[in-house]
Amino acid sequence: MTAGPATPGSTDRVDLVAYTLRLGDDTLVFSQRLGEWIAASPQLEQDVAIGNIALDLLGQARALLSYAGAVEGRGRDEDVLAYFRDERDFTNVHLVEGASRGDFAITMARLLVFASYQHQLYGRLAGSSDETLAAIAAKAVKEVDYHRDHATQWVLRLGDGTQESHRRMQAALDAVWPDLDELFESDDLVRRLPGVAVDPADLEQPVRGYLRQVLDRATLTVPDVRPAVTGGRRGIHSEVMGFLLAEMQHLARSHPGAQW
Amino acid sequence: MVSNVSNVSNGASDVRAVVAAIPDPEIPVVSIEDLGILRDVTVDGAGHVEVTITPTYSGCPAMEAIQADVHTALAAEGYGDAAVRMVLSPAWSTDWITAAGRRRLEEYGVAPPAPRADDGAVPLTLSVRCPQCGSPETRELSRFGSTACKALWACNCCGEPFDYFKPL
Repeated sequence: MTAGPATPGSTDRVDLVAYTLRLGDDTLVFSQRLGEWIAASPQLEQDVAIGNIALDLLGQARALLSYAGAVEGRGRDEDVLAYFRDERDFTNVHLVEGASRGDFAITMARLLVFASYQHQLYGRLAGSSDETLAAIAAKAVKEVDYHRDHATQWVLRLGDGTQESHRRMQAALDAVWPDLDELFESDDLVRRLPGVAVDPADLEQPVRGYLRQVLDRATLTVPDVRPAVTGGRRGIHSEVMGFLLAEMQHLARSHPGAQW
Repeated sequence: MVSNVSNVSNGASDVRAVVAAIPDPEIPVVSIEDLGILRDVTVDGAGHVEVTITPTYSGCPAMEAIQADVHTALAAEGYGDAAVRMVLSPAWSTDWITAAGRRRLEEYGVAPPAPRADDGAVPLTLSVRCPQCGSPETRELSRFGSTACKALWACNCCGEPFDYFKPL
């Protein structure tokens, strides 16, 4: 993939790389997680749908990682960044790395939260003063609109379905919700990139508002849970992250330089 | 669509015609120009060709095939050193599909996309006409279909399933 011109202007190059990697790691890791459903979904249509959503996210990740590598200027391309960084170098949030344990409701809860977040994020990032980030976001926001709608339809169907589907959808939301707060954590990096980065704190109200509205319609309850320990943005991950990376990176590391 | 054919040396419009005729790898009845994927073709004074394309979806796996097809088609015309550039901005929209492209899609059995509203909202509740029998009595089976750009629909009248090119 061709990255845009590396012209960070007055912005600190290192900060721009770090911020772009955060965005890219979120999409890459969630794409990998969603890919686990291919050939394992409850319906064939869901294999196709989740596969397509994962593909959109992978495309976004490729653009973001390629751009991070180009701005960094140390010769790291999208493949090097995806396959040859270790766990502590990944700065995705915990929400996207979490395992579904084969529970479709967990994946739909997570997709609802993440797509709602991305929808707000990309909508604002499309106005970034960084032209490449703005272009990636303007394209991605239209894709994420479909992802969010897909998750919304499923949460409505399961929440307002049978007693059993309602119980399981609520349990899934309860399991995912502790990871919600991390999405909205602001820090110095974001504050050092005014006009370029989107402050995650600004997304909290609209995202929570959308989620509350969907859950209300689905006869579900907004979980009242304690936030989980965070740290993804600093490279501190949950136990499942190592296993995810092992699966994602093993082929490329076993055959360095392989082409297909 | 942007085209710089007016300000370049002779032969540029022929070069453009060669590139414009390249079929989409996934829906070969339409060309990359029909789909609005082809953004620009320029030929500089030294005869160097640069082709600009844009992806439909961020993860569209056809982009690499399209790049290769452009190189192959131009090499056959003697332009072995052509450059293919991919741009993301402005973001592709189904509104860029040409009238001819829409007609070819429908003849092929893919319902063409509904136009997008000015504010970017997608009128998803609008009825989609069956490309087989023309009936407006259709239903969505899945928002996601055989490729990123299509949804899976079925006709209540003739009973046939069909692809619908999603508005984006």
